[in-house]
Amino acid sequence: MKTASLNLRAAVVSLLIFVCFIGIWQLATTGPSIGGSSAGMTAEEIEYAKMMGKDPGAEKSSGFPPPIEVAKASWAHLSDPFYDKGPNDKGIGIQLAHSLGRVGLGFLLAMAVAIPVGFLIGMSPLMRKAFDPFVQVLKPISPLAWMPLALYTLKDSDVSGIFVIFICSVWPMLINTAFGVSAVKREWLNVASTLEVNPLRKAFQVILPAAAPTILTGMRISMGIAWLVIVAAEMLVGGTGVGYFVWNEWNNLSLTNVIFAVLLIGVVGMLLDLMFAQLQKAVTYVE
Amino acid sequence: MSEYFDPYNADRPLMMKCSCGRDHSPADHHAETVADGAARELRARSETAEFEAYSNAFIEATLVKALFPQDEERRRFLRAVGKGTAMAAIASVLPVASLQAMAQEKQGALEKTDLKIGFIPITCATPLIMAHPLGFYSKQGLNVSVTKTAGWALVRDKMINKEYDASHFLSPMPLAISMGLGSNATPMNVATIQNINGQAITLALKHKDNRDPKNWKGFKFGIPFDYSMHNFLLRYYLAEAGLNPDTDVQLRVIPPAEMVANLRAGNIDGFLGPDPFNQRAVFDEVGFIHVLTKDLWNGHPCCAFGTSTEFIQKNPNTFAALYRAVLNAAAMARQPKNRELIAKVIAPSQYLNQPEAVLNQVLSGKFADGLGKIQNVPDRADFDPMPWQSMAVWMLTQMKRWGYVKGEVDYKAVAEKVFLITDARKHMKDLGMEFKAGPTYTKHTIMGKEFDPAKADAYLKSFAISKAA
Repeated sequence: MKTASLNLRAAVVSLLIFVCFIGIWQLATTGPSIGGSSAGMTAEEIEYAKMMGKDPGAEKSSGFPPPIEVAKASWAHLSDPFYDKGPNDKGIGIQLAHSLGRVGLGFLLAMAVAIPVGFLIGMSPLMRKAFDPFVQVLKPISPLAWMPLALYTLKDSDVSGIFVIFICSVWPMLINTAFGVSAVKREWLNVASTLEVNPLRKAFQVILPAAAPTILTGMRISMGIAWLVIVAAEMLVGGTGVGYFVWNEWNNLSLTNVIFAVLLIGVVGMLLDLMFAQLQKAVTYVE
Repeated sequence: MSEYFDPYNADRPLMMKCSCGRDHSPADHHAETVADGAARELRARSETAEFEAYSNAFIEATLVKALFPQDEERRRFLRAVGKGTAMAAIASVLPVASLQAMAQEKQGALEKTDLKIGFIPITCATPLIMAHPLGFYSKQGLNVSVTKTAGWALVRDKMINKEYDASHFLSPMPLAISMGLGSNATPMNVATIQNINGQAITLALKHKDNRDPKNWKGFKFGIPFDYSMHNFLLRYYLAEAGLNPDTDVQLRVIPPAEMVANLRAGNIDGFLGPDPFNQRAVFDEVGFIHVLTKDLWNGHPCCAFGTSTEFIQKNPNTFAALYRAVLNAAAMARQPKNRELIAKVIAPSQYLNQPEAVLNQVLSGKFADGLGKIQNVPDRADFDPMPWQSMAVWMLTQMKRWGYVKGEVDYKAVAEKVFLITDARKHMKDLGMEFKAGPTYTKHTIMGKEFDPAKADAYLKSFAISKAA
């Protein structure tokens, strides 16, 4: 009962913050309307105004768009998400699918490398010490710094995008897996040795379940990073994806569409995170 | 209204939304179809006998100019082989259907029909882009996808990686890539110049009373790429005013759209950028057009259409077809009467993604200058595909002047290797004709000073502000 009322109160406060935010946004962006009457202007002045996009009746967005405009643009994009007008103009749904596909592929590759290597490092203190400097140096490198190298060596912009996702999301998974594996309780390993469990069975039935929550935490962090990286990578490489969409709208200097894209990126990122939160819940155990 | 709600029309769906079935008002649908309508009208214009004759004459003139830059040379050659043979050779690269079939019969079909061409969304790419919706590529039997690219460095990388078969370039780029400046040396060719003129120096509105470049010490300027006419022209302009572009001002490489955003934010004082972003800065009320580059060098090249030497060698027929398609589009873009419709065709988000009003001002040359005046400069942007090798020599002198190239440069050798005039010369040889006309050099006047490509080194030495030893 108490938690329910807490949730309710939290929801009310969230809603209040949201309404305030939108209200302030609306107030801050309500400027004098453009256009107006053309009375008292010479013919040339009227033509000049038209060239500046100010003829009466014309819609021209100048300055920061009010929330209602963003809502309209969002509705327009969301109501027709899968149109395809050639290689440079696709619906937001198709763009999202491209981004998610790249993230998924890069992430799977990162998993395929990070979890086995993490196991290895976690089991052997020697390996951990040996790998540590490399991990520490490679971990903080920005995706944008990897991009030119990837383009130069891989010679394909799509593969480069996937590579950048891979290289940026591999580290948290690696570190967390190694930590999770090395932190498995001594007693459990000792029990396994007493029962003479073979190494493979020990890995899958003792270590993996014990380390699973930590490994999943690593994956959750990695997924967050991968989603951050994809937008930057696609802005650089272009072609398809949400990042390309943002770049294209930036090129058009359309803040409205950029805001829509930013909100969408946030929502999708949140959904991805929720997905991993559920997975994490599924593997968590109580001692 | 009956046009929109016509329940008795068998082809109309019986619903209260747009007849195309999508959930928008018929008015929105109308806006979407404007571009299609303009494309249809232009396509119809391109299919008239009148345009075909015009286009053929245009291409023929371009080729003859390319083959015979000097008048005496042309006269001597024509006297030697006769007009008929010369015309037959030139006709072999013309887009006339029957001649084309003949040429293909002789040399085999197209080697590659699915092509990927890159472009940067600026008006310089107009012929390259409009050839797509107008069906000029498909008329040549090519299935081309024109792909918007995020920046010039990426164009370079994608050309070197062979992701693109051909691309929109800044005209100094193929020179730089071929010489290995800022990349691995990969031989590239300029097939045609895409556009001439069409840039401007745009300044922030706060400088509207500070128009003399002599007072611009400490200014920050945006340029789109190091190896660009924009960079060379801006440096030239500043140096003529006594400013050293390397020490007195800051030049920053910024993508064009960000130039406008940075101008608004006050991070830069101005930029020499491609259109439509000069006009866009005016439209967004953040800047004004200080000077058109046309007034610095009337007829200067800006962007180019090119591909790798390897591609041309492997696919000579495909290249010829591509070349014809782009030249056809250039012929169409050259005619002022088509410009308004072209603006409509290339405005949608698939291509330039810009307000049509802005593009129309750029292409028609009747524009608001940002200071309250309407200016009328019909050749503000123009499309003359002739890649004079003398232009390449000028670019090389500027690369050397500003230290992009060190040491000796064999101007003519590089220029002739990269700036392909046409393959008409090859065709002439195929027809068994001795061809002796020299390369295409001509003199240019840049900010009142004559540039003679024969005396490139003397020209380079004549500048007071220069990094060249």
